[in-house]
Amino acid sequence: MKINVKHVAKLANLDLKENEFDELEKQLSLILSYIENLQELNTEDIEETSQITGLKNITREDKTEPSLSQEEVLSNTKSKENGLFKVKAIFEEQ
Amino acid sequence: MDYKPVIGLEVHVELKTKSKMFCSCLADYFGQKPNTHTCPVCLGLPGALPVPNKTAIEWCLKIGLALNCKIKNFSKFDRKNYFYPDLPKGYQISQYDMPFSENGDIDIKNKNWSKKIRITRVHMEEDTGKLIHSYKSGEESTLIDFNRSGVPLVEIVTEPDFKTAEEVVEYLKKLQQIVRYLEVSDADMEKGEMRLEPNISLMIISDKSLPKYKAEIKNINSFKFVEKAINFEIKRQTEILKSGKTPIQETRGWDEKKQITISQRQKEEANDYRYFPEPDIPPFKFDDKYIKELSTQIPELPDTKNTRFQKDYSLPYYDAEILTRDKKIANYFEEAVELGLKEKIEPKRIANFIINRKINFSEIEPAAIIEEFKKGKVENVDNIELDNILDKVIIDNTKAVSDLKNGKQEALMFLVGQVLRALGKKADVNLIRERIEKKIK
Amino acid sequence: MKLNELTIKQSIEGLRSKKFSSEELTKECLKEIKKKNVTLNAFISVCEEEALKQAKRADKLISENQEALLLGIPIALKDLFLTKGIKTTAASNVLNNYIPQYDGTVTSKLKEAGAVIIGKTNCDAWAHGSSGENSDFGPTKNPWNEEYVPGGSSSGSAVSVAANMCIASTGTDTGGSIRLPASFCNVVGLKPTYGRVSRYGIIAMASSLDSIGHFTKTVEDSASLLNVTAGTDPKDATTPNVRVDEYSQDLDKGVKGLRIGIPKEYFMEGLDNKIKEKVKRVIKFYEKEGANIVDISLPTTKYAIACYYIIQPSEVSSNLARYDGIRYGNTRMEFGSEAKRRIMLGTFTLSAGYYDAYYKKAMKVRTLIKKDFDDAFKKVDAILSPVSPTLPWKIGEKVNDPLKMYLSDIFTVTANLSGIPGLSIPIGFINDLPVGLQILGPNFSEKTLFRIGNHFERSNKNGL
Repeated sequence: MKINVKHVAKLANLDLKENEFDELEKQLSLILSYIENLQELNTEDIEETSQITGLKNITREDKTEPSLSQEEVLSNTKSKENGLFKVKAIFEEQ
Repeated sequence: MDYKPVIGLEVHVELKTKSKMFCSCLADYFGQKPNTHTCPVCLGLPGALPVPNKTAIEWCLKIGLALNCKIKNFSKFDRKNYFYPDLPKGYQISQYDMPFSENGDIDIKNKNWSKKIRITRVHMEEDTGKLIHSYKSGEESTLIDFNRSGVPLVEIVTEPDFKTAEEVVEYLKKLQQIVRYLEVSDADMEKGEMRLEPNISLMIISDKSLPKYKAEIKNINSFKFVEKAINFEIKRQTEILKSGKTPIQETRGWDEKKQITISQRQKEEANDYRYFPEPDIPPFKFDDKYIKELSTQIPELPDTKNTRFQKDYSLPYYDAEILTRDKKIANYFEEAVELGLKEKIEPKRIANFIINRKINFSEIEPAAIIEEFKKGKVENVDNIELDNILDKVIIDNTKAVSDLKNGKQEALMFLVGQVLRALGKKADVNLIRERIEKKIK
Repeated sequence: MKLNELTIKQSIEGLRSKKFSSEELTKECLKEIKKKNVTLNAFISVCEEEALKQAKRADKLISENQEALLLGIPIALKDLFLTKGIKTTAASNVLNNYIPQYDGTVTSKLKEAGAVIIGKTNCDAWAHGSSGENSDFGPTKNPWNEEYVPGGSSSGSAVSVAANMCIASTGTDTGGSIRLPASFCNVVGLKPTYGRVSRYGIIAMASSLDSIGHFTKTVEDSASLLNVTAGTDPKDATTPNVRVDEYSQDLDKGVKGLRIGIPKEYFMEGLDNKIKEKVKRVIKFYEKEGANIVDISLPTTKYAIACYYIIQPSEVSSNLARYDGIRYGNTRMEFGSEAKRRIMLGTFTLSAGYYDAYYKKAMKVRTLIKKDFDDAFKKVDAILSPVSPTLPWKIGEKVNDPLKMYLSDIFTVTANLSGIPGLSIPIGFINDLPVGLQILGPNFSEKTLFRIGNHFERSNKNGL
């Protein structure tokens, strides 16, 4: 099974180097070959399990609680301005 | 070759819950100091987990019911995975293949037409943070405020049933009215509480199948731009088609200043959202009993109230429409009618009074109005009668009207005087002034 | 016996009877850390100042005859547990400077119970690993033989207890990350039922598989620690409102009449013969003690690794999306190779065109695996099996073969896929390396697991 590693890396927001692409492609191919064994199982009428707790309708009341302070929120970045997080300019238009 | 527009709408409505969709931060972010209403959950800190807001879900279901949708017995949240600086978790919790409700419809109308719009689905999701462009010391950057991150949004999607910008405007007005009636949102477009993303394409009139492309238009931030943006886009696509080419499938943004739509290449790359069921939130099961109970909590909706007012109070459509525009005023009217019954004051007279006078509803009680009637101080001014007089006065006094348009305020007083004379009875001068100005605009 | 070699139970007794203070106990642990951590590399952060402050506070409360389940007991936390004001790294360079703004629920519960948080332990970065070698802060070593791996991903937590650098420690188990290192380090490791303990405030690996547990020196300690951490949490929607048992209640009940299942699929080829023999001897012991040994089959077992290595990386790829360096941490370029591998694999298995064949298929196989256990537990009260198909391997031996590394989870992933609890207890040594036994039970049956484990521990002080 061949993966388009460049496309997947883009989707995954990973900036990989050229040599990383080759190695990953090889390793992932191996892993995927192993995982292929699932295709042996007939699961036609089997339902998917995405939740194993069996819980349903878990919600919370519409009440407010104190938020973090602005200082706490920004405490882990050096890139900030006037109480806002700062990143490289993003232009929406061409 | 003649083309006709094919328009489908995606509208996002911000719910006015106290707290956010998946955490207990304050949901009312408008005008707050940046990044002062966030917590580990809506900030996407490591280790944080979402817990859904019960009220938000109920309100989303109510919107679905008000739009005649079928509430699904089984539904769930899904993760929509993509990267953008305003999306702190790198995914948005939304609904993909099992939304809360589907397959409804809504009636929209105008003086000249009425039609039914099919509602594809109504689902729940969370809002993103806000990006602000900054230019400081020669450097451009983007600043991010996460106060809005996590605010509950209801997404309402229609089938591509719209043919004109006018229809779209009527739909938005109706939708806004319905969510205000339900008291789940103020749906103020200018405040971002109701957002529109039309999908527009054109098809050849004789064609049977839908066009193979569509343009999604973003950034339409107020009612006044809706018609302009849609009509611009229709014109733009028409020109491309007439030249023999096909418009590109893409996302475009409405530029307020230039009054055009611009291609947003950055967002356009076919994004593979890799939807999968949200593992942190158990699914939902709503039985028919619960759904029935919820539907009894839906208040009488505008169309129904309008029809009932016409029937019960012998009011013309015109009067009923004005009285039912805002639920508070409708309730006020009915309270006054009930009080008036005892004094044998007809609902039509009360309707005229409310429609033709500028009443400070919060300061003047319905009972006070009835008192005015009892004292015999109320003239009966029929709304349609007044409207006809206004039209006639404007036609008959072209000089005064053009003087007014050129800024001469005395002309306004003159016109008001003319209206009062034609009316032959007392009426609210301020209201007449307003109505004249509105008609002339 | 040195103070740091005590169990929770012994420590509580000693503190209450004023034989020693929490400050003395904590200082002994800190001394041991200073002595051994340079070689073993079990700790990323040691909170000496904070710990001594907490110990002194505990001593004051003890002198006032206040009681709390863990009052004055030095406990280490796996560095996935957010601790307010104390660096929390996930053993990754992406977070090597992250100072959390909040405490997770379990951290808060431990503090409320009077525990002294002595440090944050090393682990495979982001919990990605079965050996402890994937840390960006260097590998952790097995205290029984420093050339060997201690098992992962909760490597540092297992070692910290095994080497008596603290009295107990916390961990996470997504595919065996507590049970495996427990068995490699000769300590008791508990993976509770999924949802029994809150995940709020613990860096997520795979949301539907992560279980929050701990390492202790005895089964009894494990039970008392679970009584502190277990319970529904309004901040974690996947924690059912199930009553918290008195977990120590059945410790001394013995195993007479208990039906114990032995799954044939866990004893097939690929399992080291010596381990097989040892486990079989333990089974004989239980039989002698009155348990009914029942042969059972868990037919979907051979597909469990494939199923796990689709679901887990898929959820990992999504859970690691928030690490973009904007609000905290460094850029995504700092991810190590194992993290990148799993993110890529998971992104692929969720992607358009592949979702049905991989993720959706794996979710269906998961149903079958769960059904295997549901059916088995109609016939038996618990299941016994080895924890690992092999003994601990040498550091560096499997590092270049990711698939081989993944296959070491073969006996442990099924519990995570089905949500059931699992306890790993030491049962002796082979070639001077520790071997563990895995005890599995139905959801919320931790009390029974402790009962079975404690019976062996009490009767076989030196293993078999």
